[in-house]
Amino acid sequence: MKLSYPRLSSIYVLDQDQALDFYVGVLGLEVGTDADLGFMRWLTVRVPGDDREILLERPGPPAHDPQTAEQVRELVAKGAAGGWIAFQVDDVDAAHAELVEKGVEITQPPTDQSYGRDMGLRDPFGNNLRIGNVTV
Amino acid sequence: MSEARERTNRAMLRVRDTLDRDYDQDLDVEALARLVHVSPDHLIRTFRSVFGETPHRYLQRRRVERAMFLLRTTDLDVTEVCLAVGFTSLGTFSRMFSAVVGQSPSEYARHATLPAVPGCFMMAWTRPSTFTHGSPSRSSSPSSPSSSVSEKPDTTSPH
Repeated sequence: MKLSYPRLSSIYVLDQDQALDFYVGVLGLEVGTDADLGFMRWLTVRVPGDDREILLERPGPPAHDPQTAEQVRELVAKGAAGGWIAFQVDDVDAAHAELVEKGVEITQPPTDQSYGRDMGLRDPFGNNLRIGNVTV
Repeated sequence: MSEARERTNRAMLRVRDTLDRDYDQDLDVEALARLVHVSPDHLIRTFRSVFGETPHRYLQRRRVERAMFLLRTTDLDVTEVCLAVGFTSLGTFSRMFSAVVGQSPSEYARHATLPAVPGCFMMAWTRPSTFTHGSPSRSSSPSSPSSSVSEKPDTTSPH
């Protein structure tokens, strides 16, 4: 067996419409699939042209019982749900300026690291995102 | 009910992000409280119920973590590190650092090395914990007059 790359990953979002506004409208991703499956809204986004997709998954029934869903949502909101994504970009500082302009919450301004240069931000729900020019 | 708690958690996360981002500034609890539209007392109480420690204590440990980072990775001397992470008094910084880390800043600088992992993980995982068993921080917890996030020392925190 030889796996090539992670093709689909997932992050919890608390509202899928708001997630679209952010991941597509602000970050510039494109919708992969937006389908009402009845039991859930299968909503994925991806870097335009890429086939690696991110599922924007809403915690809730029937996958979670209501109490579990409530706990998960509260953990997302305090940044403790565990999901996070790092994106690669050519110009971290230009990305930072654009995100500040759009009112995004920056957790760490562009910083030189041992592996390149990157910055941190939150999505509207509390998930940690990194945008960097990773060179190693 | 849950939605209210989500909003509260998100607001407290916003405050914690501010502490993590602006730890080198002179942060005051009134400004932090205004950020999330609550009173200073309410902020301190709510932050503690969400994250288990007061904003003041969280900030102290963030500053100590950043000081450990600078002592490991730069040639800055102890006074420069003290100022760079937001302390204004060298005495307070050294006492706080020693109480939390169990070594003075200069001792730490001589011995510390850590492998290179992404900086955001270093920040998240090497901030000295309030909750670790046997941490040197349990023996004493000096307050930091240079830091005005909480006017009260950490006497209310569990030891």
